[in-house]
Parts: sequence; structure tokens; C-alpha cells
Amino acid sequence: MNAAKLRQQIAFIVLGVVTLFVIAPILLTIFYVTKNGIGAISWEFITQPPRNGMRQGGIFPAIVGTILLVVGTMLFSLPLGVLSAIYLVEYARDNFFTRLVKLSVVNLSGIPSIVYGLFGFTMFVLFLRLGTSILAGSLTLAIMSLPVIITATKEALESVPVSFREISLSLGATKWQTVRHCVLPYAVPGILTGTVLSLGRAAGETAPILFTVAAFYLPRLPRSLFDQVMALPYHLYVISTQVPNMPAELSFATGFVLIALVFLMNLASIILRAHYRKKRLW
Amino acid sequence: MVAEAIIRTIDLNCWFGALTVLKDINLEIYKNEIFGIIGPANSGKTTFLRALNRLNYLNISYQQTGEIFLGEQNIRTLSDNILRKKIGIIFALPQVLPVSIYNNVAYGPKVHGFTGKDTLSQIVETALKKAYLWEEVKDRLSEPAARLSGGQQQRLCIARTLAVEPQVILYDEPCSGLDPISTAKVEDTMQQLKENYTQILVTNNTKQAGRVSERCGFFLMGELVEIGQTPVLFTKPRDKRTDDYISGRFG
Repeated sequence: MNAAKLRQQIAFIVLGVVTLFVIAPILLTIFYVTKNGIGAISWEFITQPPRNGMRQGGIFPAIVGTILLVVGTMLFSLPLGVLSAIYLVEYARDNFFTRLVKLSVVNLSGIPSIVYGLFGFTMFVLFLRLGTSILAGSLTLAIMSLPVIITATKEALESVPVSFREISLSLGATKWQTVRHCVLPYAVPGILTGTVLSLGRAAGETAPILFTVAAFYLPRLPRSLFDQVMALPYHLYVISTQVPNMPAELSFATGFVLIALVFLMNLASIILRAHYRKKRLW
Repeated sequence: MVAEAIIRTIDLNCWFGALTVLKDINLEIYKNEIFGIIGPANSGKTTFLRALNRLNYLNISYQQTGEIFLGEQNIRTLSDNILRKKIGIIFALPQVLPVSIYNNVAYGPKVHGFTGKDTLSQIVETALKKAYLWEEVKDRLSEPAARLSGGQQQRLCIARTLAVEPQVILYDEPCSGLDPISTAKVEDTMQQLKENYTQILVTNNTKQAGRVSERCGFFLMGELVEIGQTPVLFTKPRDKRTDDYISGRFG
């Protein structure tokens, strides 16, 4: 075997091992959480409110709360993010204003989540007087999700071949008809990926909901959008650090449910994406 | 007989950024003729073509002076979508939308407000027949257009343009990616369309211009060097540069 071949062999092995290190943490996390938490998972655990200072019973209100927050976040961030990305890619000319917008988007994604929490608290809870509520929490999470959705949508739109736009425009279609029929449909898979990624993160964040919506202990379902809710990540934080004599199994079980929820969302997006990919004929 | 001009350009100058692409183009194209535009690469042929339906403006660095008339109408007075409905274009490479054969042709009429199913399928059938593609695709209209051969795709593009009923059809090197047989079919189609449409053909292939066009213009480095009846231009060019190009001494 000559030296070049040997070097290639070594390179392959090094790259393979490094890649293993990338997937190891996620596999280990899932394994560890499942192993320690699966014993506490029961029908009661996911359908009943907590009892006895949260040491017994289930986490149903927190599951509902997290789902509500994810849906609320999506309702605000998806239209806002997708429409502004369409504007940036398809309509805006390259000028000072659009450069400012693009810079803002990049910087938004670099802001720590606790800062979003504080911003949401002063802006939505206090200034707009929404109170500690699902609405305030959803809006805060929505702002946090925006950069990812905008960036993903921009990339998805930019990856649609320019020729589609030229064909459509050359047939006398208006700009909007072109975007609506010849660009957006082919960008949907990319937009979906970005949206689910950012919503998965929103589902798992604690800091932004800390001051804006999360209830420490509220063993009933919310009555309106202005109500507080429990949420899985905050509940996990609370039972892991704030409640003495808490069975560790319950913490892991809560973590397991949160991971499962995010996994289900990803699964839904994979199915939708596969459906749209079938339409991709170029 | 005095031929009626359907397209007239007056002192047309075009720039991309600081680069002058066309200089003082004054040109008349007559109704129902096939007008060939020949010239080497970077001579401004495509820019001229795309100036006629304002596609050049998709590039934000584009600027233009001079006037273009469609019939009696200055095209400045037409909106982009009306103008492009009247002046259709066929691109160099067959560019189909990633939808079915039917929907490729129906797209144009749809955006112009035709919605009835029967009306649409009638328009699609007529357009495909005019482009001499109907017989080859009538049983597979719902198949993806991308499955057609290159030549069929290019005729599908012609059908798609015909479906919005333009007055003028621009061809931007329509056969540059096609084999000789497909090329012949596209050229046949163009001959058949002469009756009802004015066609402008930009081509790198001088022989094709000779075969298809009635009159021809020779562009070189942004200038319209010479214009004339195709047989005359090809056999007795007045300008030395035209002679050099046609006899293959450069380009």
C-alpha cells in the first residue's frame, strides 16, 4: 500500500470517529433520560395534574401549557417570519434599510434567551399590560423564533431556481402571482424545516417564559389566553431544583415527555416535507 | 408593398452598470416576419431581445434610453404584465416549470384570469396543436413536463407562450441545447406560426438564421452593423465585418 492510500485511510477513520462524537451526545442523552424516566411514565402521569406538592400525580397541565405555547408561538412567528423573508428576498432592493433588517435578523439570533425573557416581561407583560399570560409568553417565544424562521425561509426562497421566476414573469404574471405560484410552493420544505427547528427550541426554552407566562404550580387548565400556564421546561426546572425530596424518576420522566413532544413535531415535519419533496421535479 | 412595422426601436441604448451593451439601435421589425438576429457572443443580441419585453429590468443594474414601439404604442405606456403578455419569449435552454405538461401551458392563461376548466383545456389543446406537440403528448398531459425530451420541452415552452396569445414571439437561441432533429422540429414550428405571429430569432447559429429568417440583422459589440433580406445579407453583405462573420473568419 502506498503512502497516499494510507493517508486517505487515516483521514477516513479520523473523520468517522469525529462524526461519532457528534451523534454520541444526542444518543446518550436520549438513552439516559429514557432509562431513568420510563419507569414513571404511565397513563396517569400524562393525563393527571400534579398532587402532593408535585411529588405525585402527573404533568398534564404542563403538557397542555407547552402545546399551547408552541401553537401560540407558531401563530405569531410563522406569518411574520415568512412574510418578511418573502419581502427581503423577492421585493426589497439592496439598500440601507434592507441591510439594516438583515443585520437585525442576524443579531436577534445571537441574543441570549434570558434577555428575550426580560424584554418580553417589560414589553408585553408590563407595557402592553398583557400580564403574565399565554399571550405574553407566546409573543416572547415568537420573537425569539423569528430569526431562525426568517433565515430558513430566505434560504429556501433563494434556492428556488431563478428560471421559475423568469418563466412566470415572461408570461405576464405579476410579481405576487410569481411568488405565490412559482416560488413559494417549492420553498415549503425548507420553510417547514426552519419552523419546526425553531418551534422545537421554543418548546424547550425556560428563560423566555420564566417571567412572561410560566406558573410554578397551577394544577388546572388555563381558562383564557390571559391565563398563566405550567410548561414542561419550567416544570422540569422547578421539580429538579426547587422541591425537596422529589423522586428523580419524575424529573427524568418529564424530560422524556418533553423530548417525545419535540420528536413528534420533527416527525410531523419530516412527513410533510417528504410529501412536498415528491412534487419537486427539477 | 410597404410592410407594416410591428416593432420599432428608436435610438435604443442599454447599459448594465457602467457597461454599454447596446448603442443607438434603430430597427423595424415587420408584422408576421421571422427576423433573425446574428452576431458573436457579447454582441448584445439577447439584451436587445429582452429589452423588448423589459425582462432586462430584472437585473437591477440595467438602464435604458430610447423608445420602443409595439405597433403604434410606446411600450412605456404598457404595464409589465400586459407588455409581456403581448410579447412572449422562449429561453435558450428549455425551461419548464416543475409541474405537469398541462399545467405548464395552463399557467399563463390562469394568471391572466381564465379559470373555467373547459376554457382552459381548450386553450391548452389549441396551444399544443399550434406548437405541433399535441399528438406527442395528448395522452400524457398530467405527466411532469420534465419527462419530455429536450426538443419536446422547447416546443412545450412555445405552446406555453402561445397560450397567452402574444403578438410577437422572441426566441433567445432556442435550439442551442437541442439535437439536429429536435432543432428541425422547432424550426418547422416557427415556419407554421408565421401566419399569425411575428417572430424574432436570436441565434449563434448563422445557418439557422439563414434557414429560418426572412430578414436578418447583424449585431457586433452592441451595434447593429447591417440589416437586410437574409439571402442578400448572407451572399452580398455590404459591410466587411458582416462578411467576415458570416464566412466564419471570427466569432
